[in-house]
Amino acid sequence: MQFQKPAGPNPTDRQRVLGKPTPRIDGPAKTTGTATYAYEFNDVAPNLAYGYILGAGVAKGRITSMDVAAAKKSAGVLDVVTYKNAGEVKNSDFNTAPLLAGPDVTHYHQAVAMVVAETFEQARAAASLIKVGYQKADGAYELAERKDSASVPKDDADTRTGDYETAFANAPVKVDVTYTTPAHAHAMMEPHATIALWEDGNLTLWSANQMIEWGKQSVATALGLDPSKVRMISPYIGGGFGGKLFIRADAVLAAIGARLTGRPVKVALQRPLVFNNTVHRPATIQRITLGAGEEGKLLAIGHENWSGNLEGGDAEQSPAATRPSYAAANRLAVTKLAVLDLPEGNAMRAPGDAPGSMTIEAAMDELAHELGLDPIELRAINDTQVHPESGKPFSRRKLMDCYREGASRFGWSKRSMEPGKVRDGDEWVGMGVASAIRGAPVMTSAARVSLRGDGSVLVETDMTDIGTGSYTILGQTAAEMLGVPLERVEVRLGDSNFPVSAGSGGQWGATSSTSGVYAACNQLRTAIANAVGVDANAATFADGRVSAGGEAFDLTEAGALTETGEVTFGGRGDEHEYFTFGAHFVELGVNAYTAEIRLRRMLAVCDAGRIFNPTSAKNQVMGGMTMGAGAALLEELVVDPRYGFFANHDLAQYEVPVHADIPQQEVIFLDGEDPLASPMKGSGVGELGICGPSAAIANAVFNATGIRVRDYPITMEKLLPRMPTV
Amino acid sequence: MKSFTYERPDSPEAAVKAYQRARGARYIAGGTNLLDLMKLEIERPAHLIDVNRIGLKKIEETDEGGLRIGALVTNTALAGDERVRRDYGVLTRAIVAGATGQLRNKATTGGNLLQQTRCPYFYDTNMPCNRREAGSGCAALEGHSRMLAVVGTTDACIAQNPSDMNVAMRVLDAEVEVLGPKGARSIPIEAFHLLPDEEPPVKEFALRPGELITAVTLPPPVGGKHVYRKVRDRASYAFAVVSVAAILQEDGTGRVALGGVAPKPWRRPEADAALPKGSKAVADVLFADARPTDDNAFKLPLAERAIAAVLADAQR
Repeated sequence: MQFQKPAGPNPTDRQRVLGKPTPRIDGPAKTTGTATYAYEFNDVAPNLAYGYILGAGVAKGRITSMDVAAAKKSAGVLDVVTYKNAGEVKNSDFNTAPLLAGPDVTHYHQAVAMVVAETFEQARAAASLIKVGYQKADGAYELAERKDSASVPKDDADTRTGDYETAFANAPVKVDVTYTTPAHAHAMMEPHATIALWEDGNLTLWSANQMIEWGKQSVATALGLDPSKVRMISPYIGGGFGGKLFIRADAVLAAIGARLTGRPVKVALQRPLVFNNTVHRPATIQRITLGAGEEGKLLAIGHENWSGNLEGGDAEQSPAATRPSYAAANRLAVTKLAVLDLPEGNAMRAPGDAPGSMTIEAAMDELAHELGLDPIELRAINDTQVHPESGKPFSRRKLMDCYREGASRFGWSKRSMEPGKVRDGDEWVGMGVASAIRGAPVMTSAARVSLRGDGSVLVETDMTDIGTGSYTILGQTAAEMLGVPLERVEVRLGDSNFPVSAGSGGQWGATSSTSGVYAACNQLRTAIANAVGVDANAATFADGRVSAGGEAFDLTEAGALTETGEVTFGGRGDEHEYFTFGAHFVELGVNAYTAEIRLRRMLAVCDAGRIFNPTSAKNQVMGGMTMGAGAALLEELVVDPRYGFFANHDLAQYEVPVHADIPQQEVIFLDGEDPLASPMKGSGVGELGICGPSAAIANAVFNATGIRVRDYPITMEKLLPRMPTV
Repeated sequence: MKSFTYERPDSPEAAVKAYQRARGARYIAGGTNLLDLMKLEIERPAHLIDVNRIGLKKIEETDEGGLRIGALVTNTALAGDERVRRDYGVLTRAIVAGATGQLRNKATTGGNLLQQTRCPYFYDTNMPCNRREAGSGCAALEGHSRMLAVVGTTDACIAQNPSDMNVAMRVLDAEVEVLGPKGARSIPIEAFHLLPDEEPPVKEFALRPGELITAVTLPPPVGGKHVYRKVRDRASYAFAVVSVAAILQEDGTGRVALGGVAPKPWRRPEADAALPKGSKAVADVLFADARPTDDNAFKLPLAERAIAAVLADAQR
């Protein structure tokens, strides 16, 4: 079906199953250890061999020698994969850095070899025996050093509205600040992992991957296979955050190792390899300029962003956060990219918007302070119902409703307008706010829905559940559409043999994939009505029965039926802009002695139209807020420019927040629907939560101490020199 | 990980004999540190002697009125012991400030004394590290050294001792009992952890080959207020940026040791003596010979402020 906007009345309006807080239907399997993750399909073949990847010991250069003789002779070893015996490995469109090095090395810990052995321990032991000689080359690793060499990437344009330069120059009140954000690691629980099996020239991969169709196509490209020969299976994924959008070395090397040895091969990246072998959110330098009138009306907004990547890689699009944010007639958005020889930079949860919100939302707080305005009032003055660049109306924008609801719930009125004034025991206490704004894109998505002879329902789509709750909302959608209890719906995901879905990324997954199931269910409703001989247009589906014109039939009377449906969204963006909104509130304490920052409370009030499952949606927003807290206070991939690598490449050194860091965390959703967004009348919130909380924390630190730290993360040594003596 | 052989003796004496028989042997208890190091090819023992069944799991009162803690008493059991909580509160507070409940359940008293550094370059075998490979250099000296030591270091090594327990043991004047091929002896805690020489190799512990830690003894309780203040980026499950262990008496005298700032728990008798004069006087003594990096110079004012917090806390 082609989505026709706005969505009219439809069966999802009943909200008997959809919209109800629902525990995830895959929860029991996960908590009892029966949900099978990529590395755990041990019964798919009787003779699994193990791969162990050796990462490059230099960041840039050339392999001059590689001695694998000792490794090959080591106990249990079947073969050693290197560029010399791997055959051609092409880069797919989704990969910048080659997944197998040789002879060139383009980043630290790039895979240079993989040992295949009978056991994991044998493979690991043999990998340590491989001797690699390198000719090191000079590389560029520090964004600040390369900033002046950066240029506007070919696909990006500086965007200008009005006369930014004049308006900013003449503005009565100005903020002109430069912030930096460091590189971030996805730091998902499950490392990248794959099992590869060849059967009669057909390759099956059980692989942790967010985008099954992209993954399948990429593997085919990498190995020069017809895509029809590749099957990718990924029913459960232990976190992705963008780090599993595209195939990585595990998938390609498992396939090559299996081909060379004639054995199915399983590979997981060892944790210290994940940080430099895969991808990360690139570091940024961001200059924000805000020009305002004395009353707070914005006259000019500028957002210039610098990031780096390998040659051919993409820029981090931080100005994305500013484009839809606040009204101002005169605007500048610039994205510049420098070439760096670090590992590949790529998408991480809310790419662009997350680091962009860390700066624009902090700069707005700086402006509010300059103006002597409440920062919520400054947002209200500059709120807009039309996109400031395109001029198109937002399909739905309830940003200020979120602020009002949040302010009331949080007790915002108790915030001191003057910073550094509230002391509680050993802590300076402060509050901060920031807006959450994140695009609500959609993608074509298909699903196959079957009514089985016993009246139960089966949903099949290659959609993935990366911990987000996809299983549950797809089941809820089918249950609502077909009038059966959720327990009567089985959902099967993550298999390229199923219809191609939107996949999980960019917070498009929830609304796109449920709309695909909606489309298939609509077709199935017609098929069921026809089967029992009632008018499909008049039929209602409830309590496991279909009824029309005074007649009612049990669904079992329709027999077994299957329909494959697909939703497309062509033209959706022609007249409206699609975004989700929210407001973050933070209260924290800064220790007067040590400058340790300890969060006290976090609250997010969000709006995305209909919320399909308040339980999993809340879980998603909380996860985003938690990552945002990490970005504000803890997370930094530390570049050692002498060696060209991220030095803190394990979870003991790359600290992410733990429960003790956030004692109280709440998420509230506004009621309402967005019929322009999708037939489901709502949008996903998987990335909304990470947009804004870091700035809200930075703003609360300022409110507590009067100290503005513009280089994230805000760690104690950045506050200490400016803290009052004790 | 290199292949290794394994045995599990049933007494301390048998364990020491096993060590003498084998080549390249290491004792293993909780394994919370050694196993990680083996997986990363940092430690490559040929033979593991599992000491988990040799006894040494009791906490007993000594004739002098102190406590004798068996080397295999877990961190959880030690922190929870009623006598420790009552008379040596700084030890309980230090232990529970470290790691996680799961790790403390496995980690032992003897093992914690031998906890390895958390220097990032020690953990990456592509990098120079004198502690891991004598003569290869120290990549940390001009590298990412935010968490590393600021005092007691040399150009050979600036790694820090990351243990919380050790800092409390130092302030309590613990003694480490060991059994080796040449018999038993006792090593004062201040002599147990070594500072690096100017030139590698980097010596870490005062243990002689084959010596097994059998117990840690604590002198009779000294009273006073026991404080352990751990300053860290993350509220839990994080190594100390700096930590302060202190025992403070009502007359203003006391003892103080720092963690996270040196290759060993850092204490100076002159610093103890300076306690009545306040945090600056104490820090000045403790850091008289400090040689921080640009990355970690903030630890000096931070430690002084943390000492001030402890002193203020003690007066409440």
